[in-house]
Amino acid sequence: MKLITAIIKPFKLDDVRESLSEIGIYGLTVTEVKGFGRQKGHTELYRGAEYVVDFLPKVKIETAVDDERLDEAVEAIIKAANTGKIGDGKIFITNIEQTIRIRTGETGPDAL
Amino acid sequence: MLKTLLSIFFLSLFPLISFAADEPTVNGANTSWVLTSTALVLFMTLPGLALFYGGLVKSRNVLSILMQCFAIAGIASIFWLVVGYSLAFSGDGAFVGNFSKMMFNGVTEGSVAGDIPESLFALFQMTFAVITPALIIGGFAERIKFSSVLLFTILWLAFVYAPITHWVWGGGWLQEMGLLDFAGGTVVHITAGVAALVTAIMIGPRKSFVRGNTAPHNMTMTITGAGMLWVGWFGFNGGSALAANGDAAMAMLVTHISAATGAITWMCYEWKKYGKPTALGSVTGMVAGLGTITPASGFVGPAGALVIGFLAGVICFNATLMIKQKFKIDDSLDVFPVHGVGGMLGTFLAGIFASTQLGLFSGQGFATGIESMGAQVGVQLVGIVSTFVYTAIATFLIFKVVGMITNGVRVSDDEESQGLDLVDHNERGYEL
Repeated sequence: MKLITAIIKPFKLDDVRESLSEIGIYGLTVTEVKGFGRQKGHTELYRGAEYVVDFLPKVKIETAVDDERLDEAVEAIIKAANTGKIGDGKIFITNIEQTIRIRTGETGPDAL
Repeated sequence: MLKTLLSIFFLSLFPLISFAADEPTVNGANTSWVLTSTALVLFMTLPGLALFYGGLVKSRNVLSILMQCFAIAGIASIFWLVVGYSLAFSGDGAFVGNFSKMMFNGVTEGSVAGDIPESLFALFQMTFAVITPALIIGGFAERIKFSSVLLFTILWLAFVYAPITHWVWGGGWLQEMGLLDFAGGTVVHITAGVAALVTAIMIGPRKSFVRGNTAPHNMTMTITGAGMLWVGWFGFNGGSALAANGDAAMAMLVTHISAATGAITWMCYEWKKYGKPTALGSVTGMVAGLGTITPASGFVGPAGALVIGFLAGVICFNATLMIKQKFKIDDSLDVFPVHGVGGMLGTFLAGIFASTQLGLFSGQGFATGIESMGAQVGVQLVGIVSTFVYTAIATFLIFKVVGMITNGVRVSDDEESQGLDLVDHNERGYEL
């Protein structure tokens, strides 16, 4: 089992969600985060005092998938989240030791 | 039978007769308007100024601002009852009143001030005594101890606000001299502005100011408060006519023109200088316009108000930048450059635009006994300088004393990082 962590531009969330459900992946956890890589921030002005805001709002999506479905899931995310501009984000893949469904106690891939 | 009827008839007239004898000279229309204005001015503080200021600080300090406004409303009101009104408006002293009206002694249902009830006059003035210390909190926001605010408010009202009110409106020396200050350019704006500047310098900058990150946490709150200030100011200046007549209407009109002009001026100036007009800039320009027209509102005409609003926008804009960038003083909510400078500018301009010789830009004339613009402007300058100097010195001493009694006026570094809402009030503004 693999955990896919994708940091994407906030306005791409709906596209990514749709793209994943099209291939039958429905479970997602979404967090609002801020960060930056190479994308520059913006400035704000308040009564003559300028602030450079480095951190940009992003959305973090986490979804756990079976090993066999990893590649198609990643491809779906990239296809939906890509704009071709700096700041599109990154995907990290980590290994999941164990998954448990709280309601029934099922473990392993059945719990995904 | 007839005798009985006649006696009943005459007896029934008694209540009418005593009623009329109790209130012979109260003008109903004037009273209605000042009653309304009183509510409008209180509304300016609660929640107008509270929201305006509240949105400008960090979210962890929002309650401290709201709390200070409410607490000051309470404390200032009690102070006004106990001794403030008396010190400001009684007696024949040149510099301060006496204690004859302590606890509103002599202020009954029937007593009058001019042709409105004295209780109303005292209450109307009370709302001014509330908003003035509330304005000052912008100078030491986000780092002041709550106890220090309360003690400061009481001492400052006693030793700065009440005396200066007496000088300008209570029969004191500036009034005798013919100072034109319709609704509080000196009494409210210069005093509050200077006090904020002095206390800001004394307490030192916020850590966030030094770090360069003092951005407002809730601009929508600030803009909401600003709208309330614009509307409420109609009572502040309009009500100061103490009458429901052409004077009040003109005061309200010029107030509005100056607000609109100040807002647009600041907006355009910012647009030109930085490339984009901002919401904060527009409402700050509005406040500058309002503060500046305040002393002049009963004496100038609409065209004069246009000029006054424009100058307010330009001059207060530059004053704000100068205080922040050149002098690096953390007057956190820009009380001095907007209210202080605006008050000084407006008091000065009142001397000019009161003139009846300016064609379209004429006003309603100088003070009784003053014949020339030069003479009037001279009096205005005396008013400005004396208010400035006295306030600065007295505020310095008062803040020092407060610091001694409250064991310092500033919270610790850690407390400042945690936020005043938790540290001073054990509360959080938002539970998101």
